[in-house]
Order: sequence, then C-alpha cells, then structure tokens
Amino acid sequence: MEMRKSYVNRLAQLMRQNDKIFVLDSDLASAGGTKPLYAEFPDRCIDVGIAEANMTCIAAGLAAEGFIPFIHSFAPFSARRAFDQIAVSVCYSEQNVKIIGFDPGITATTNGGTHMSFEDVAAMRALCNVAVLDIVDDVQIAKALPDIVNYNGPMYIRFMRKQTERVFDEDYEFTFGKADKLFDGDDITIVASGMSLIDARAAAAALRERGVSVDLLGIHTVKPLDEQAIIDSARKTGRVLTVENHSIHGGLYSAVCEVLSAQCPTLCDAVAVRDKITQVGSLDALKRDYGLSADDIIARAEGLLAKRRV
Amino acid sequence: MDIVQFSKEIRRQTLRCIHSQGSGHVGGSLSIVDLLAVLYSKHMRVDPSEPRKAGRDKLVLSKGHAGPALYATLALKGFFPLEWLDTLNKLGTRLPSHVNINLTPGVDMTAGSLGQGLSCACGLALANKAKGYDATVYVITGDGELQEGQNWEGAMFAANKKLDNIIVFVDCNRMQIDGYTADIMNVENIQAKFEAFGFATQRVNGHDFDALDKAICIAKSQKGVAHCIVMDTVKGKGVSFYETMGLGVHSTAVTDEQYKLALEELE
Ligand SMILES: Cc1ncc(C[n+]2csc(CCOP(=O)(O)OP(=O)(O)O)c2C)c(N)n1
Ligand SMILES: [Mg+2]
Repeated sequence: MEMRKSYVNRLAQLMRQNDKIFVLDSDLASAGGTKPLYAEFPDRCIDVGIAEANMTCIAAGLAAEGFIPFIHSFAPFSARRAFDQIAVSVCYSEQNVKIIGFDPGITATTNGGTHMSFEDVAAMRALCNVAVLDIVDDVQIAKALPDIVNYNGPMYIRFMRKQTERVFDEDYEFTFGKADKLFDGDDITIVASGMSLIDARAAAAALRERGVSVDLLGIHTVKPLDEQAIIDSARKTGRVLTVENHSIHGGLYSAVCEVLSAQCPTLCDAVAVRDKITQVGSLDALKRDYGLSADDIIARAEGLLAKRRV
Repeated sequence: MDIVQFSKEIRRQTLRCIHSQGSGHVGGSLSIVDLLAVLYSKHMRVDPSEPRKAGRDKLVLSKGHAGPALYATLALKGFFPLEWLDTLNKLGTRLPSHVNINLTPGVDMTAGSLGQGLSCACGLALANKAKGYDATVYVITGDGELQEGQNWEGAMFAANKKLDNIIVFVDCNRMQIDGYTADIMNVENIQAKFEAFGFATQRVNGHDFDALDKAICIAKSQKGVAHCIVMDTVKGKGVSFYETMGLGVHSTAVTDEQYKLALEELE
C-alpha cells in the first residue's frame, strides 16, 4: 500500500477514538493523502494554505490548549522552512506538535533540489526534546501511529508518500526508541534508517551469500536512539556501517558515532549524502548518483571489512 | 514571428518539455505563457549570447514550478538549444522542474520553495540602484503563493524603499493544489492589498497581449513607486482539455495522445 494511504487510514481510526487530534495542511493535503479526513472530520482538519510557518504556530497554539495537532508538508518545508517556529513555538515552548515531513531526501525525485531535504534529521535532532522518526514502509507507519499519538511532546516524522517494498509483515511490533533486529551476524553491523533499510536489507542478504555475516539493525527512532542495541552489536562485530537517506552531517551516522565514540570506540563508516548539491531525477538514478544503492552499501561494507579493527 | 504565433510556439515547446517527462506542472506553466510572450518579445532587455550581461533586465520566476514555460521561452529566444527541452528532470539536466540560477542560461534566480522570489527581487533591484543600472526586475508569483507571509515582508520593503524598478505580476489563475484559492485561504482583494502596502497597481486580463503590454508600459513610466500587475488568467490556458480539467491540471500527465491533440489545437 502507498505509505500515505496507510498513514491516513490509521490516523482516521485514531481520530475516531481521540477527539484531541487535529490535522493541519499547507496546500499539500491532496499530495500527502490527508484529504479524505476533511470529509469525516471537518471541524478538526484545517488547510491553512501555502503558509508553513503560520501552520506551525497555529499548531503550537492548539497544543497549548491540549489538542494534538499533526502538521503536514514536504520534509523541506515542514522542517526547514518553519525551523525557527518549530524551535521557539513548538520545541522551546514544549508543545505537543507532530510534524510530518513527506518525501525526505532523494524521495523528492523529480521535484528536485529545492524540495530535497538532506538536513532535516540533523536540524530536528539538534533541537532539545524533539523525537525524530524515519519510517520505512506502510506497515511501520501504521504500527507507529498509536505511539506517536500517545507520546507527549514534539516529534518529527519523515517518510515517503508512495509505495515502497515492504520490509515488515503484519505481525510487526513497533516499539518507540527500540531498534529492529533484521539479521543476526558477527562480521559487521549495518544500521539503517527509513527508506535506506530496504537497500541495506538487500545488501546484507547479498553479503551473506558472499560469506559475510551481517548484524542488521533497522532504526525508526533516530532520536532518542537505541544506544544499547548499537553498543551491543558494535561489541560483537567491531565494525559499524550506517545507511541513511540524509546528509552525513548530523543524521544517523552522527548519532551512532556520538554513542560509540564515548562508550565503545569502533571502526565506522557511512553510506550517506556527502556534501553534494541536490539533484533532480528518478529514485533509482538518484540512489546511484548519491551512492545510496544496495551496491554502494556492499562496496562500503567490504571496504570496512578490509580495515583492521581498532 | 508575431506575438500570437510566439505564444503558441511557447505553449507547444512547454508541452514538449513536460511530455518528455510524461507529466508535470502543466496548469501553472500554461497560465503565464502570454505574459512571457509579451515580456520576451517587447520588454526584457536581455542578450541570449550573453545571458549574464551586466545591467540586463531580470526575471524572478517565484512560482518556480512553472519552469517549463520559461525554458520553452528561453530556448525559442536562443538561450540554449531546443533539444534541451527533452531533458526535463532527467539526472544531470540543465532544466530541473523548479528554476535554478546556476543551471540554466537566462534564469536569474532559483525558486521552488514558494514565497521567496519577491524578497530576492528586492535585493536585485537594490543592487541595480547601487550600481546605477537602469534595469527592471520582473517577478511572477502565483495567487496561492501569496499565502506565504514572506511576500508581504517583501512588498512592504519594496514599497518603503520605493523600488520603482520592480514589477510584480500575480498569476491569478484562482487555483492552488488543494482547491480554489478562494476556498482554501482567500488572498483577494490582491490589488487592494498591494495598494495598501504602497504599490501602484493594475489589474488586467493575463491573456490579452495588448493589455499586458500597455500595463507594463504604464508601470515603467511611473517613477518613485513599486508596481504590481494582477493578471486574471486561466490555469492550463491554450489547450481546451487542460483549461477544463479543473484542479487536477496543476500537475498532470502529457501523454503521447494528449501531446498530439494539444499540438493540433495549437496549430
Ligand atoms: C514553500 C512551499 N510550500 C509548498 C510547496 C508545494 N507547492 C508547489 S506549487 C503549489 C501551489 C501553488 O499555487 P499557486 O501559487 O497558485 O501556483 P499556480 O496556480 O500558478 O500553479 C504548492 C503548494 C512549495 N513548492 N513551496
Ligand atoms: Mg494559482
């Protein structure tokens, strides 16, 4: 199923149970998939027009009266365009606003550079008390939503709108702040967030064919990070490769290195966007161009395996 | 080429460009074509052989998603080969769907995150004054785009600083993505709003070449005040099935069949 469809179906169920939930859009309700909610909940859905900063502060006001607003736009506009509004009216004011960023990073595809957020996780992670989620598939977003509603505080959630390959089946259990263990292995740890988990899983399977046993961790909660899971795996393998649809600066790689450098110094490397100006193209073309494909993950993993352990 | 033919040719090449990608921002590209035809045939003092010539007029396409219409115009003026139009949004292209100052000859400012163009134009206009250039900065914004508050910061600045070398066009096609602008977040009365900020304003039919030309001449002749020309336009203008498509025309397909039919209408 398309992720936006899965998201909005589950959100509709939760809105039926919880009359505090509000939905705010900034002229991307049709694109983001929230439009059907307007018919069922006309009093709790508001399209503010093309005005992300305004939307963010309206949400802060609603939250101050105990409502739970979900605000929506493309990732660059919800996270970047309204950054100071998030920092002051939401984060510093400790307001319970859920910020949704559609089509993060290269999943912006043909919308190109102006719509491509490689810094949203870094920016959100740097704000105190903002939880940051990077979601991989339609199952995970649906399973995560009750926790997102129940979490009391600002949260940033990024995911692509369209259908992706499924990583998790219907039995999947989402636990906020906990890593998902996909493969057990001893030679190398691969830690992947959001969309990149799909390619990391393919890479890990291919590496296994070549006799490399991979410990594969899926990270949906980039902040607060599941430090213990990462330390335990790093102790076992001695090598950690992170994979993310984001800049190498300030995202998953940084978060993992922050933990390991202090608690378990380990050889690390990253599959991430390395200070490269944003581009336009199809998802597959962009994956190759930015070095985020399964082949790139395999190559980096092999490079890391060739290094001597610290 | 007379202006009627020129605007038709821009529409044909705009659709060629979007057709090469299969789909794109058809509606908002077609609604500004007649303005581009007037600007580039009668007003823009630019030199295709020297796209960055000092002291030239500049165009800030603040509604940056209408890139294909501007690319078609620039290609027809000789800024780059028409073949480039077939590369829209392909990896490594010089023509991304949202305009980029560094990629495309003749594009004077990057846009795509709506609401920033008028402020950038203020900077360009200030720079022209500082350098003593007698050049005009044209800005095109969408009507939905005016919901971004930054436009009004820019308008306040332009009026206060008496930037008479700025002409803002509002492409009032009455639609944004989620609905009719009046239903989502009404921006009218646009003319009165700019007037209240201190602009000299006019309102014209954005598909009437003579009316556009006259309005631009009037704006250029009035010194000491920033200018706004609100254009009443039709999203998807020039192709019957796009004109009547409704809100979906914002971003839609140009199939082989649609492309063929459109070209026939634009004979
Ligand atoms: C800051 C920002 N928010 C949202 C978008 C997504 N977006 C692209 S076009 C558009 C609608 C624009 O409507 P309008 O300005 O009326 O343009 P037109 O009708 O001429 O296409 C939106 C919301 C964007 N590009 N930038
Ligand atoms: Mg419009």
